[in-house]
Amino acid sequence: MTVTAPDQAPVAEVPKAGATRLVDRVFRMRELAILVVFLVMIAVTQAGNSAFLSEQGVKDLLLNATILVLVATGQTLVVITRNVDLSVGSTLGISAFAAGLHLQNGGNPAVAVTLAVLLGIGFGLLNGLLVSLGQVPALVVTLGTLYIIRGIDSIWVGSRQITAADLPGGFVDFGSGGLSAVPYLALIALAVLVATAYYLKHFGGGRELYALGSNPEAARLAGIPVRKRILAAYTVCGALAGLAGAMYLARFGNVDSGTGSGYELTVVSAVVVGGVAFTGGSGSVYGAALGALLLTSVNSVLPALGVSSVWVLAINGVLLVLAIAVDRIVALRVASALKKRNARHA
Amino acid sequence: MTHPSDTGPAPVLALKDISKSFGAVRALRDVSLELFPGEVHALAGENGAGKSTLIKTLAGVHRPDAGQVLLDGEPVVFHGPGDARDAGIAVIYQEPTLFPDLSIAENIFMGRQPRRALRRIDHRATRDATTALMRRLGVSLDPDRPARGLSIADQQIVEIAKALSFDARVLIMDEPTAALTHSEVARLFGVVRALRDQGAAVLFISHRLEEIFEICRRVTTLRDGAWIASEPLAGMTEDDLVRRMVGRDLAELYPKQDVTPGEVALSVRRLTREGVFTDVSFDVRRGEIVGLAGLVGAGRTEVARAVFGIDRRDAGEVVVDGRKLTNGAPSTAMAAGLALVPEDRRAQGLVMDMSIERNIGLTGLGTTVRAGLMDRGAERSRSLDWAVKLQVKYARIADTVNTLSGGNQQKVVLAKWLATRPKVLIVDEPTRGIDVGTKTEVHRLLSWLAADGVAVLMISSDLPEILGMADRVLVMHEGRLTAEIPRTDATEETVMAAATGRTAA
Repeated sequence: MTVTAPDQAPVAEVPKAGATRLVDRVFRMRELAILVVFLVMIAVTQAGNSAFLSEQGVKDLLLNATILVLVATGQTLVVITRNVDLSVGSTLGISAFAAGLHLQNGGNPAVAVTLAVLLGIGFGLLNGLLVSLGQVPALVVTLGTLYIIRGIDSIWVGSRQITAADLPGGFVDFGSGGLSAVPYLALIALAVLVATAYYLKHFGGGRELYALGSNPEAARLAGIPVRKRILAAYTVCGALAGLAGAMYLARFGNVDSGTGSGYELTVVSAVVVGGVAFTGGSGSVYGAALGALLLTSVNSVLPALGVSSVWVLAINGVLLVLAIAVDRIVALRVASALKKRNARHA
Repeated sequence: MTHPSDTGPAPVLALKDISKSFGAVRALRDVSLELFPGEVHALAGENGAGKSTLIKTLAGVHRPDAGQVLLDGEPVVFHGPGDARDAGIAVIYQEPTLFPDLSIAENIFMGRQPRRALRRIDHRATRDATTALMRRLGVSLDPDRPARGLSIADQQIVEIAKALSFDARVLIMDEPTAALTHSEVARLFGVVRALRDQGAAVLFISHRLEEIFEICRRVTTLRDGAWIASEPLAGMTEDDLVRRMVGRDLAELYPKQDVTPGEVALSVRRLTREGVFTDVSFDVRRGEIVGLAGLVGAGRTEVARAVFGIDRRDAGEVVVDGRKLTNGAPSTAMAAGLALVPEDRRAQGLVMDMSIERNIGLTGLGTTVRAGLMDRGAERSRSLDWAVKLQVKYARIADTVNTLSGGNQQKVVLAKWLATRPKVLIVDEPTRGIDVGTKTEVHRLLSWLAADGVAVLMISSDLPEILGMADRVLVMHEGRLTAEIPRTDATEETVMAAATGRTAA
């Protein structure tokens, strides 16, 4: 994971318009590092078990990552603004059940998905309002809504359960189908991912999320509508958690009152492993998606290598700590590179 | 009071009878101000006089409770900082307001990036515009580098570039020079003059009076939130300006009492710390205030630290009241009756998030103990006693020190150390960054302490302060003591000559 990326910290160039793009380069190095770790892991596994990368194997790998990628994309928007949304697991669970109930009663799949997304938007708005108006730390607020939403879910669902048998066949088939090795669900997640990344880079609203995470006070003074942006980030995060709920239903066909419980921690791990700084202002959705892919792949890699899956959690933890360590080292290296630059100017 | 509008153009931006209150505190009362194109206007006043509130009103951060903001003579209401910016008002705040994670180009154009089709940001145009701005300012900063790690001076350049980028007609600068070196100030003033000549109106705030006289044409003075005067600086002296700001005479600024020095309380012999200072010897007697002068970097603070034992000395000895101090042990220095009030009160002198009571109590942790536990009552009465003695202005003794003004924070640091009843007090830049009124109080306090028999060693870069307060002046130059000048012979010339190494000791 440490690779040698920081060694190439751009110290040597003379400032030249358009040529250095230091900010972008640091991000790209960080994403490249995860990709390298991921590829090495896959290669090692394939070497140990040649059946690993079969068509079904690849499909499983992508399917497992899909839902996490979607929720991590939303979470990234929130984390960039120096906030966090811990309620995504609860939102996913309740949206999945709502969509399932609609289908169970013979509803239209498109309406069911819309219902799940709308429910997510509703909870996203609630979180966003509490955080942006209440001036309360997001960690505490969304911990509260995590329990509130889970509580509502438990009361509403009770001991009921939705199983694949209750759902229309087409819906379940869509959830596990795909274009050869690429599942339909993964394509949807990819589309969302690319659109979000494009928005973040090329639109004022996207850049303003970075700005207000980087220095909230300066953002206010620069006339950025801080509350509106935070509200928007939470709303999109909620919407994606809702959409992920519908996907969960399509993929697993099985939902009860415990669905998505504890999922928020996996999501946050993926985001952090992906290089999105918890202090706000830096990171990308591509990084978060790679983080999600890496973490879920560990689940598939271990059984393929004949290692007990009890190791999964410990390995995820190690990846997390390693990622934070690398970020810290890179940050220090970049800081000293920038200082040297200053010295040359003086 | 002359009124330039009779002869020159109309004001770009004006405040008329502005009032603003925060709760029960009236920050501004009926304040008026007119800014004209092509003119640098100074805003003077002590800490807490309402300067920051006034700036934030101009910047659209605060909305006035009463009165009008006039833009080109027309009343306007700014609903937020964005409105003020759209009206052509740029503010450079004391604390940098950049986004450390974003590039310089993004920092400059945040919120108003050049757009392509479908409202997408035109990154190339943003970068090119930034390069052009940097060329116009005559600096070579890479538009793509992140703002993180920029020096304060470069951060201000970025802020000025931001102002240029939207053709600001009004530039407001809140103490822009506080953290700059001489040459950086010169560069900044060059840019400000160029902007002024291009027709911008500049509002300039500084605690350094000589800078106000150097670059400004007119000055508006505030005191306790009230407007005192708006007048041309030509023909005014620094004393005149200070009198407007504090409302009393400057003569009180250095209330030095005459004392007859007693026996030696602090004796420093051949003190050396390799590569930092060499062979420093001096005595400070009871009742004496000894000034330690010199240029920044001459080694004065380092000597103080070595005397107190924070840094180890390589050679020499320190004797306090007849007791030799152990090398590198501040606790024995404290026990012997030495106290050091450090230069940077925020970082070294205070725990900013802790209450006044507890900050003062920190030096008494060994004495305000009963049966092994802190005696909160004793701590409180000890702290209250000193806070009152030093006239610290606070609402409640349990308030955290970061709610106090700079001058009052400095008093808390002093109280903290005076509560140890020191025999020798070393103060390092005791009045840096605090307003004239509090400065006088600190001086009176030092004078009173000396009269009470305390030996005071005062490090200061403020020459008038050294000349006004010290019985004797020690001067350091490049790590050596180059002169010892008695009060009667000490003048700016003799001290500066020794500080710049032009005389042999």
